[in-house]
This record gives sequence, C-alpha cells and structure tokens, in this order.
Amino acid sequence: MNQSFLDVLWLARMQILQGLGMTLLISALAIVVGTFVGVFVGLALTYGATPLRWLSRIYTDFIRGTPVLVLILASYYILGTVGVHLDAFQAGVLALAVFCSSHIGEIVRGALQTIHRGQTEAAKAIGLTFSQTFLYVLMPQAARQAMPSWVNTAAEIVKASTLLSVIGVAELLLTNQQIIARTFMSLPFYFSCGFLYFLINFGIERFGKYVERRLAISTN
Amino acid sequence: MGYTLNFAVVWRNFDLLLGGLGLSLGLAFVSIVIGIAIGLFTAFLLNAKRSIAHGAAVVYVAAIRNTPILILILFTYFALPQMGVRLDKLQSFIFTMAIYAGAYLAEVFRGALLGVPKGLREAGLAIGLTELQIKKSITIPIMVRNALPALSSTFISLFKDTSLAATIAVPELTFYARKINNESFRVIETWSVTCLIYVATCVVLAALLRLLERRMAIPR
Repeated sequence: MNQSFLDVLWLARMQILQGLGMTLLISALAIVVGTFVGVFVGLALTYGATPLRWLSRIYTDFIRGTPVLVLILASYYILGTVGVHLDAFQAGVLALAVFCSSHIGEIVRGALQTIHRGQTEAAKAIGLTFSQTFLYVLMPQAARQAMPSWVNTAAEIVKASTLLSVIGVAELLLTNQQIIARTFMSLPFYFSCGFLYFLINFGIERFGKYVERRLAISTN
Repeated sequence: MGYTLNFAVVWRNFDLLLGGLGLSLGLAFVSIVIGIAIGLFTAFLLNAKRSIAHGAAVVYVAAIRNTPILILILFTYFALPQMGVRLDKLQSFIFTMAIYAGAYLAEVFRGALLGVPKGLREAGLAIGLTELQIKKSITIPIMVRNALPALSSTFISLFKDTSLAATIAVPELTFYARKINNESFRVIETWSVTCLIYVATCVVLAALLRLLERRMAIPR
C-alpha cells in the first residue's frame, strides 16, 4: 500500500488513456451529431412554417429545461423499456447529442436572426432556392456569428460527458474512479483527472479563439 | 411489447418528488447567494491591476470553468477528507456549487462592471465619496442591473446542476426519481414526470426572474 502516486499512475497509464480516448470519442460523436441536427433545429426555429416552428420550440425548451443527468438517465432507462435496446454508450451519446442539438439550435437561431431580412429577399429575387440561399448567403455569415458560442458548447459537452460515468460508460472519470476504488488515492486521482479535463477544454477554448481570429480577418 | 402506462406509483410518491424539488431549489438558492459574494469579490480582482491576487483570480476562474462540475463535486466530497477537511453531503455540495457559481458569476460581473460608465465613478470622487462608498452606492447597483439577465440564466442552470447531488446521495429530485424508478420499474412514468417537473420549474423561474428584471430595469 505504500506505492507512490506516480507508480500507480504509471501502472494505470493504459487504462487512463483508454478512458481519455472514450471521453474524446463520446464528445466528438455528440458534438458532430448534435451540430448537424442543431442546424436543422435552428433553421426550423427561424424559417419553419408555424407548426414546425412550434414543434422545434417545444423541443428546444423541453431539452434545455431538463438537467443533462436526467436526460442521460431517461434515455438509458426509457429506451430499453420501449424496446429500443441501446447499450450505455449509445444511450449516453444519444442523450448528449440531443442536449447538444437543442443548444446549437438556439445558437443557430440567434446567428440567423442577426442576418438582415433583405438578404434572404434579395436571394429570392435573383432566383435562388432556399437551400441555395442557406448554403451561399446565410451559412457563411451565420457560421462566423455562431463560432464563439459553438466552441463554448463543445467544451460544455466534454464536461457533460463525465455524467456518462453514472450509467457505467468507462470514460475518463469512471476509469479514474475505478483506480481510486482499487488504491484509495482519491485526492491525486480526482485532481489529475480534473486537470486532464482542464487541458482538453483549455485547448478547445484556445482553438476557438484562433479560429475566430482567422474568420474575422477573412471578412476584412 | 405490452407495456401499459401506470402512473399510480408516481402519484403515490409525488410528495417525495416535491420534497426533492424543494431541496433542489434550496440548494440552488443558497449556492447562488454565496456564489454572488464570491463572484463579486473575484470580479473586482479580475478588473484590478496586475498583482498576485489578480493572478489568483484569473487562475481560479479558468480552472473552475474548464473542469466538469461532477469532478468538482466528487473531489470535495471524497478527496478533501483526505486533507482533513470533513464536510457532510449537503455542506460539501453547497460548497462546490458556490465555488462553481462564483467562477461563472465573476465573469458575468466583470463584464457588467466594464459596462458602468467611468464618468460616474469620477463624479462620485468629485463629490468626495470614498472608494468604498462609490462601490456601494454607485458601481454595484448599476452593475447588478447590467448583470441581471446573465445572473438569472446562471441561476437556472445552477438549479439544473443540483441534479448532480444525486451522485453523492443528497435526497433531491433526481435522487428520488432514481429511487422510485429502481423500486417500481415504472421507468417511462417516473422519468417523464421528473422531466416535466424540471421543465415546469425552469419555466416558472424564468418568468419570475424576467419579472424581476423588468422591475429593476433602469427607467428610460
């Protein structure tokens, strides 16, 4: 029992790396799927016909009003009951992607609303279809607007991925908890685990600032 | 399939859920009150000249904002006792949430402080107020009005984050939902009712806070 923290850390390095990989995989999947769905949600919120707009409004408000932990637990338990058999990983990623999509939806709506109506009208006047308008007129401007909040959401998702440990997905936090259960070294392992998350999120934040600067220059 | 909805067990335990909701709201409220004090203090440090205290404030905010809240909660509850700091479940949860809220609010208040016109402080100096009097009767009241919208959204997300207290067995809403779920296997009923309770509470909170914002708005 008198092993030092560094010895234990070295012994458990592969396990921690696997957990780290899992965390990155979960986050990446949730962010990609959530962004894809979220763009459509945002479009529906801004340009949808009234029933569609209402539907997407209810969707975003409902998801945003529910804690992520409850979403994860609900997705894990409910889907199994109604016959959709997902394992913990799939159910967790689904919950995170849904959570992500509602936030992205709001961000996209906010970004689209800053674009002047005249531009959509002008696009319509020169005969662009809606998908062409979106692709060539709205998206380039909205993407620039939404970039900072999008990066924030990505960091949010990485942090929220820790909650998957509750339903037994072996991501970074759960692997650390397993090591702690074995060694009782809760202080150094929770600390180092937190520090790894800090590094990931700090990296995302820096990357976001960099991309933002790049995008800003290209407009001038 | 053959799953028939039966809400009876949920209604029978509805007072448990409501009691849990009460604790959730209480936790969020106490945490935000302490968090506001921490955030205010930190915000002044963030805006102050470069010094050791300023550096400490920057590190505090960056570290807390980039670390998952679940890790912070587990760290205070499981790791701090190893350093001789023993807190019970409620104390350790409130402590974590207050520190967490403090870091977010520090950023909110920092922005709001920058929104207070410089001339007002100079006017205060001109009529002979001390620095402390200026802070108390000029800067802070205006800053609070500037910060109110962001403060309300922080409060609402803090309320949702109280669901994480279930992981250290604090008997709040999610804790009871899990308990009812595990005891009755009424999965869909339990989680849908829990989601609805959270959403309804968030909607009511948002409406109340908007009312407060309108009350406190600077008359134009």
